[in-house]
Amino acid sequence: MKPQPVALKVLNVVSVLLFLAALGMVFLYAPLEETMNYVQKIFYFHVANAWVGMLGFIAAAVAGVVYLVKHDQKWDIIELAAVEISLIFFITTIITGSIWARPVWNTWWTWDTRLTTATILEMIYIAYLLLRQGIEDPDRRARFGAVYTIIGAISVPITFLSIRIVSRTIHPVVIGATNGTATGSFNMAPQMLFTMFFALFTFSAIFVTLFWHRIRLGQLAQQVEQLKLEEF
Amino acid sequence: MNNIQEIAEHKPTPGFFSAVGAIIWKDLSAELRSRELLSAMLVFALLVVLIFNFALELDAGTRRVATPGILWATFAFAGTLGLNRSMAVEKDRGCLDGLLLAPVDRSAIYFGKTISNLAFMLIVEAVVLPIYSVLYNTNLFNPGLIVVILLGSVGYVAVGTLLSSMAVQTRTRDVLLPILLFPVVIPILIAAVKASSGFLQGLALTDVMPYINLLIVYDVIFIAAAYMVFDFVVEE
Repeated sequence: MKPQPVALKVLNVVSVLLFLAALGMVFLYAPLEETMNYVQKIFYFHVANAWVGMLGFIAAAVAGVVYLVKHDQKWDIIELAAVEISLIFFITTIITGSIWARPVWNTWWTWDTRLTTATILEMIYIAYLLLRQGIEDPDRRARFGAVYTIIGAISVPITFLSIRIVSRTIHPVVIGATNGTATGSFNMAPQMLFTMFFALFTFSAIFVTLFWHRIRLGQLAQQVEQLKLEEF
Repeated sequence: MNNIQEIAEHKPTPGFFSAVGAIIWKDLSAELRSRELLSAMLVFALLVVLIFNFALELDAGTRRVATPGILWATFAFAGTLGLNRSMAVEKDRGCLDGLLLAPVDRSAIYFGKTISNLAFMLIVEAVVLPIYSVLYNTNLFNPGLIVVILLGSVGYVAVGTLLSSMAVQTRTRDVLLPILLFPVVIPILIAAVKASSGFLQGLALTDVMPYINLLIVYDVIFIAAAYMVFDFVVEE
């Protein structure tokens, strides 16, 4: 395996520095929210986590389509990396959301549109990993994985839509139209907005770094698999 | 020369619809002789209803609320049993390889299997509905409900056939199908349960229409998606 390229080494350092800066901004720069006080601070990283989860979700779906068109194992590695990153970041999103919801909504969990969709998305990812585990042939594993990511990518928006038709949301919509029924909604001061966008940028950088590392790991795993095949 | 001309004139590839028809006919006549798939699905479906009876203590009040949910949970569980079996039979006896060797479009295999799976599912539903009506003294013969069941089953089977043909080719095939299928068919279950309870409670059609539309959209999208990717699932 080749050593890490310089760009990746730079990204490692930049990601850590950005994260520290974002943390500093959340606690020192962004003003306290009037009613929620410190509880609202988790919002910046919650949104940033969800953003990375979405990036991973889209990257996985695109990689799945490209794999089926090109039949190149490279895209399978990219797809798996995207799914794993998205899985972890959506779990963090759900956990940070629960921590926020306990004091604000007075419950850890509610079967709200976003919460339920995020959970179902996690179930699809876990099913995806179980599916891959059950297949030895790398080519078939890649094909089935790509097909399942595409099916999942189509079904998740429909799930979101169908739960939305059924129930009114209490999840705050901070960006875009304000929702009358939402609980815990607030108007953002300019410093808050800037902090949020900085957190989004930071997590995007972290996403790229992790993605790159995970793809390198996938390439290593592929080499090991090929060596094993040659051995026997 | 004459011989070659004869071969050229003789069409070696049957039409798309006759290939689909042949697969449906094969599945139905095999089932008519063995009856192993339908009997398993039916017994299982009745057992699920029985379990719900004790799990939820279905008195008149609970029944009114819970009936659509129970029906759809029963159909979903019994459906995976049928889908798994229908594909496992093809895989075990090497029939799938035979089908793939046939000079027909691969999607004909998909549509053939989907339609025969749909037939099995509808038969099970046609048996469960009257039994449920008798057991719980509830009238389920509602034209709206039947439309919902038809639309819901089409979508369920369209995705289920695709995923079951993937699941049977894995090491963990006996347990994998429900795990793959359920998170993806959740929109169907949500819309079907809501629409069914709307019809059973006699709501106005305008209140139920959003769910019916959702079912139609899901059916169309997933039949198209499965049609496009099925080739990759059976490719060797």
